[in-house]
Amino acid sequence: MPVAQLTAIDYLTMAIYLAAVLGIGWVLRRRMHTSSDFLVSGRSLPPWVTGLAFLSANLGAQEVIGMGASGAKYGIATSHFYWVGAIPAMVFVGLFMMPFYFGSRARSVPEYLKLRFDEKTRTLNAISFAAMTVFSSGVSMYAMGKLLNLLLGWDFDTSVLVSAGIVLAYVLLGGLTSAIYNEVLQFFMIVFGFIPLVWIGLRKVGGWEGMTARLSEAAVARDLPAGSLTHAWQGMGSPATNPIGVEWFGLVMGLGFVLSFGYWCTDFLVVQRAMAAESMTAARRTPLIAAVPKMLFPFLVILPGMIALALSVGSGAGEGMIPAKLAADGAPMLDAAGRMVLDYDMATPMMLVTLFPSGLLGLGLTALIASFMSGMAGNVTAFNTVWTYDIYQAHIRTGASDEHYLWMGRAATVGGIALSIAAAYVAGAFNNIMDFLQLVFAFVNAPLFATFALGMFWRRSTGHGAFSGLVSGIGAAALHHGLSLSAGSVPGVKGGYFGVLATYPSDLAQTFWTAIIAFSTCFVVTIAVSLVTRPRPDEELRGLVYSLTPRQTDASLPWIQRPAVLAVAVLGATLLLNLIFA
Amino acid sequence: MSADGGLDLRYPIGVLFVVLGLLLALFGIATAGNAAMYERAGAVNVNLWWGVVMFLFGAGMWALAARAARSAG
Repeated sequence: MPVAQLTAIDYLTMAIYLAAVLGIGWVLRRRMHTSSDFLVSGRSLPPWVTGLAFLSANLGAQEVIGMGASGAKYGIATSHFYWVGAIPAMVFVGLFMMPFYFGSRARSVPEYLKLRFDEKTRTLNAISFAAMTVFSSGVSMYAMGKLLNLLLGWDFDTSVLVSAGIVLAYVLLGGLTSAIYNEVLQFFMIVFGFIPLVWIGLRKVGGWEGMTARLSEAAVARDLPAGSLTHAWQGMGSPATNPIGVEWFGLVMGLGFVLSFGYWCTDFLVVQRAMAAESMTAARRTPLIAAVPKMLFPFLVILPGMIALALSVGSGAGEGMIPAKLAADGAPMLDAAGRMVLDYDMATPMMLVTLFPSGLLGLGLTALIASFMSGMAGNVTAFNTVWTYDIYQAHIRTGASDEHYLWMGRAATVGGIALSIAAAYVAGAFNNIMDFLQLVFAFVNAPLFATFALGMFWRRSTGHGAFSGLVSGIGAAALHHGLSLSAGSVPGVKGGYFGVLATYPSDLAQTFWTAIIAFSTCFVVTIAVSLVTRPRPDEELRGLVYSLTPRQTDASLPWIQRPAVLAVAVLGATLLLNLIFA
Repeated sequence: MSADGGLDLRYPIGVLFVVLGLLLALFGIATAGNAAMYERAGAVNVNLWWGVVMFLFGAGMWALAARAARSAG
């Protein structure tokens, strides 16, 4: 029994949006002449476009729904993912790393590793990245099919195949440019679809004060301090006094430094957007421009989850805004303390279908579907580039004509989407395989930032050093995870498979510390091995390493457009947000 | 961006939001008497006023694109 009924106006809104998406691909099809037009946008886009796409490529449905779920689970502390995590990393990649990505003329992040280190480091990164993109776009497709089935009663197969077909069509027609343009469109859809949700939600719950009062009740019911769901920093001194179960050091180092810098500074999915910018200044401003809306996104995606929880306070079993998680026999699941386990992933979707009338409902659901599709397109466009340039051209067929690589890029688009669909069905059939793969990718990603930081800022680091650092960092992550467990979990995919030496207060604490250990191992091993292997001569490293690259001078720009000025403004505003919601 | 024969993205954004905003606002006017329908949204005709906001945003984008095209000549 579907939860919501759509009417003609809702379908019409969806149809108009899809027409616009396909129309953009159609108009852009004439510009696709070379493999570089198709795969890297011919480096021609203005910074506001690449900036919003930088933000939006990451704003898949997992983020929209997942952040709402975390908002309901952890309250405003979820904003740490933005105000401690993403923003400082985005400022860093824009100011300090983009000069090397963009200036080296590399076409992808793995290709930068090839230029800076060697072929094996690049191949390790390229293969794990390609596998990861296919996998995450599959998981996202699966989540969409399930959600649309649950909310609207749509057929799972049809939802998956139709959305994959639309993404395939517009990426094949217009390549990366088309994906980026549609990501910008999706950004505005999300903004316009979610502002009314927050507004109506806050009115229902009695404004910010009403929400705070109800959330104190919810916090006390979970044996936490009353203000812990509405204050981001109070109670961060000890894992027992905040809802995320992490102390401040693990949070700042694990999430803020290792994980966020690892993601925002090295993940080709986002960096590719900045590399498509029209000039060096535009590339450097891309993540900085993205940071401005990014720091306001907690209000758009986390707040709906918090409001959903507030609206659930005081309602009986199964009557709140957030439905209970059901066990296999259909009865609500209870935790160890006898409290009902809520299905937090439904927080944001339930807000949409219960608060929006026909009309706005179509807009909100279109925004959600848009974010699923552009997440898929983001993964596919990163996949086809890495496949074509870093795997196919590097190992399978070198020295072919550009026409051939353009053909390969298109074929890789079709192949990437076909593999994603396959991954979506695997996700549906074998949940544990997906949990396991997710774990493996977490291990692969954790040490990455150490490799890039040493590569860019220490000219003595060598290819052998980088490769052995990466491999041992991945190993250290697996080892630490295998020897530790979060409180209340059983050994298995949650860790502890080699025995339990350490117990963490929460899953997140375990994740953050796994990342810290992987990073440190990679950092130390890279330095040690680099010192005993032969470095590359300085001439070969020009433009790839900080000390051998001329400084970026922005003196010719009006001060308001200089990246450094923008960076200071962004960091200042983020600090202010942390203080206001401390 | 339009100099290389490409597409100024502000056009499609402008057109999309003008159309969607208009649609939503007209639907809001048509359903203005239906109190039961808007009860869940706090008894406000959200379709009408949000449609107007989207329309204005779209029109603004459209105007910016048109101005850029004129000055590029």
